[in-house]
Amino acid sequence: MNVIIVGCGRVGGFLAGLLDAGGHRVTIIDRERAAFVHLPAEFKGTTLLGDGSDLDILRHADADKADAFLALTQGDNRNIMAGQIAKEIFRVKQVIAKINDPIRAQTYRAHGMSTFSRTTILGTLLEAILSGNTAVGEELMRKVLEHEAEMSGDIAPVRD
Amino acid sequence: MYFVIAGGGEVGFHLARALLESGHEIMLIESDRKRAQWIEDELGSVVINASADEGRYQIEAGCQRADGVIAVTGDDAKNLVICQLAKYHCRVPRVIARVNNPKNEIVFKALGIDETVSSTRVLMNVIEQELPTGGFMPLMPLTGSHLEVIEAEIAPGTPAADRSIDTLGLPTGAEVGGIVRAGAILHADGHTRLAVGDRVIVLAPTVAEAEVRKALFG
Repeated sequence: MNVIIVGCGRVGGFLAGLLDAGGHRVTIIDRERAAFVHLPAEFKGTTLLGDGSDLDILRHADADKADAFLALTQGDNRNIMAGQIAKEIFRVKQVIAKINDPIRAQTYRAHGMSTFSRTTILGTLLEAILSGNTAVGEELMRKVLEHEAEMSGDIAPVRD
Repeated sequence: MYFVIAGGGEVGFHLARALLESGHEIMLIESDRKRAQWIEDELGSVVINASADEGRYQIEAGCQRADGVIAVTGDDAKNLVICQLAKYHCRVPRVIARVNNPKNEIVFKALGIDETVSSTRVLMNVIEQELPTGGFMPLMPLTGSHLEVIEAEIAPGTPAADRSIDTLGLPTGAEVGGIVRAGAILHADGHTRLAVGDRVIVLAPTVAEAEVRKALFG
């Protein structure tokens, strides 16, 4: 799968590493060269310096050949704009944008974009764990601990 | 009429004052507290100190009853979101966005914001009318497709001048729709030779815009 990620923060860098290790072709875009430190050392994908909501940068990233597009910068508006360009102009099938403001998230979801908010995801997960709703949290936490163990080079401590 | 202006920089402030002077009602939304206070001192209680890209402040500003929302901040992504929220959320009949990067005009049109103003484009148009250089203008996207209409003017020295359309090397999916020559429409086929002064209308996939430019202008 060809994947474009806009925004190489902690989440973007981590996800790029996961997908790259999983055999996908990843292109990650950020305005700041320093942001690419968030990528794991063994990352084999493409890094692109520039604005991920710029038409020419996205052309350069071959957005028209992407199967999935993730907008994960710190700016809700930039994520919304980049996501819409990917969806409406480059016709990328799967577009996901991080939108932390719940009202904007809802508005754009109603207009056909997949959106998520770290605030509500994390909050919902923690609330589920605290109230003993293991069905919601257990599988996710197991995955998380596996990834963290891989990153620190240990053997995954949670096993079936 | 009632207008909501988002962004109280030089453009927003002077626009607000001009609209007030011509008898319209306005509300201006400015996120910087000091700037908002300054504008209020100048124009009276027509300012909300908030970020216009949040739905609740648009409602506070009375966007539901506004005849128009005009987004003139210095941030294109923010202007896009302000206009879309006003349109989708508050059903504002007319939204106008300032685009700072002229490339974004076509992006905004493709994303449903039809009225844009680019000061760079305005200045370029003035200059281009003075200079005999070839112009390459993406005119508009075709709604419901991933195609756009491009107008290219063939100036002396343009690589495409005196070449037939077949030999231009236009990208796949791009077609010359017609040529305006000496004020009349000329039906073009592959053998038609482009002449200096021609205005060539090209239909092309939006993603191939740069390749069309390269084929015509080198």
